[in-house]
Amino acid sequence: MTGTPGVALVEYLLRLGDDRLVLGHRVSEWCGHGPILEEDIALSNIALDLIGQANLLLGLAGREEGAGRDQDSLAYFRGEREYRNCLLVELPKGDFAFTIVRQFLFDAYDVLLTEALQQQSVHADLAGIAAKAHKEARYHLRHSAEWVIKLGDGTPESHERVQRALDECWRFTGELFLADAVDAAMQQAGIAPDPASLQPRWQQRVEEVVAAATLALPKTGYVQRGGRDGRHTEHLGIMLAEMQSVARAFPGGTW
Amino acid sequence: MVAKSGDRRELFRILDAVKDPEVPVLSVEELGVLRDATVAPDGAVEVAITPTYSGCPAMHTIEADIVAALHEAGYPDVRVQTVFTPAWTTDWISAEAREKLRAYGIAPPSPRTGGDDELIPLLRRRAPEVVPCPYCGSEETVLKSEFGSTACKSIRFCTSCQQPFEQFKAI
Repeated sequence: MTGTPGVALVEYLLRLGDDRLVLGHRVSEWCGHGPILEEDIALSNIALDLIGQANLLLGLAGREEGAGRDQDSLAYFRGEREYRNCLLVELPKGDFAFTIVRQFLFDAYDVLLTEALQQQSVHADLAGIAAKAHKEARYHLRHSAEWVIKLGDGTPESHERVQRALDECWRFTGELFLADAVDAAMQQAGIAPDPASLQPRWQQRVEEVVAAATLALPKTGYVQRGGRDGRHTEHLGIMLAEMQSVARAFPGGTW
Repeated sequence: MVAKSGDRRELFRILDAVKDPEVPVLSVEELGVLRDATVAPDGAVEVAITPTYSGCPAMHTIEADIVAALHEAGYPDVRVQTVFTPAWTTDWISAEAREKLRAYGIAPPSPRTGGDDELIPLLRRRAPEVVPCPYCGSEETVLKSEFGSTACKSIRFCTSCQQPFEQFKAI
C-alpha cells in the first residue's frame, strides 16, 4: 500500500515534516537555558526555522492526503506511533555538546537532502519548500559544525563531552540513509532522491569536521532504526505529551 | 462598490504603505516579500507574498497589514497567497533599500556566494568577510553570532566605535 504514489508521497512528506518538527521542538527546549545569550538566540532561531519548515511540509502533506487534516491536526493530534521522524531527532536534548553534535549530524544530511530535492524533485511545491530550507540549513550547518570543531578542539572537558555525544548519536545516523518502499516510490516518481545516494558526501563532510575537531569517528556500524515505521524510543511519547497538551486540552482553541 | 482602476502600479502604490514590522524602514515591496498584486476577474485583489525565512513570524502581520491597506483604499475583497518559488533572496533588496537599512543602523546584506567552500569557514581558514559598521563606517567589525533578534539578521560588533549592530544575512 505504501508503494502507491499518493500514499507514499504523504508518508514521505510526513517523514520530512516530522523530522523538523521534533528536532525543532528539542532545540526549542534550550530557549531561556542557552549557555550564553547569543547561543540562546541562535538555538531559538534554528528551532524557528525547523518548525517553520515543518509547518510548510505538514501543510503540504495534509493537502496531498486530502482528508481534511491540516498542519496543526497533524502536529497535535497524532500519537507517537503515527509520527514518522527518524530516531536521532527525538533523543532528549542532553547537554550542549549533545545538542550540537546531533544538530551537526542532522544538518550535514539536511543540506544534502534539501539540495537534491530543490534540484531534482518534479514536485514543484516540495522543490520550492526545499529551496528555502536549503538556505536555512546552510546556516545551521555552519553554526553546528563550527561548534563541534571549537568544542572538540577545546578543553579536555569539552572534548570529552563532544566525543561522548558523537558516540551516543552514531548508531542513530544510519537510519537517515536507509531506503524502503516509500523511498523507492519517491525515487521512481522523480520526487525525491535515494537516501543512500546522500551518504558518501555526508560521510566525507562528517569525517572532515570530526578530524578538524580532533575527535575519533565511532567504530560501530550498528544501525538503530524504526522511526520511519512509527517504532520510536521511549523519549518521543513524553516529548509529544508535553508538546500536544495545550492543543489537546483545548481542541480548536485560538488566541 | 466604486470601480477601482485595479492597475498593478496603483496596487503597488497602495501597498507601499505596508512596512516590514521588524524593519519598519522598508516596505514589503522593497524587501522583496511582495511578489505580485492583480485584480482577478471576480474583482478581488490577489496579492502574492513570499516569506524571508520558513518560520518568519512577521508573515501573519504582513498579510493582515496588506488586507487592511487595500480595504482602506476601497478594495473590499482581498486574497493573499503565499508563494515559495522562486525562494526569497537578499539579492532582491535594491541599492536604495540597502541605503535605507544602513541609515536605520542595520548593515545591508553582503553579496551572496553560495559555494561549498563557505559552508564551514573554520575548515577553510578563509579571510573573514568585511562588513562596514553602519554607524561609523569602520571596517573593523567582528561577527558575534550568525543569529540575531530575527531570523534574517546576524549580530556584529564594531571595535572602532564599540557599537554592537545587526546585519541582514545574505541568503
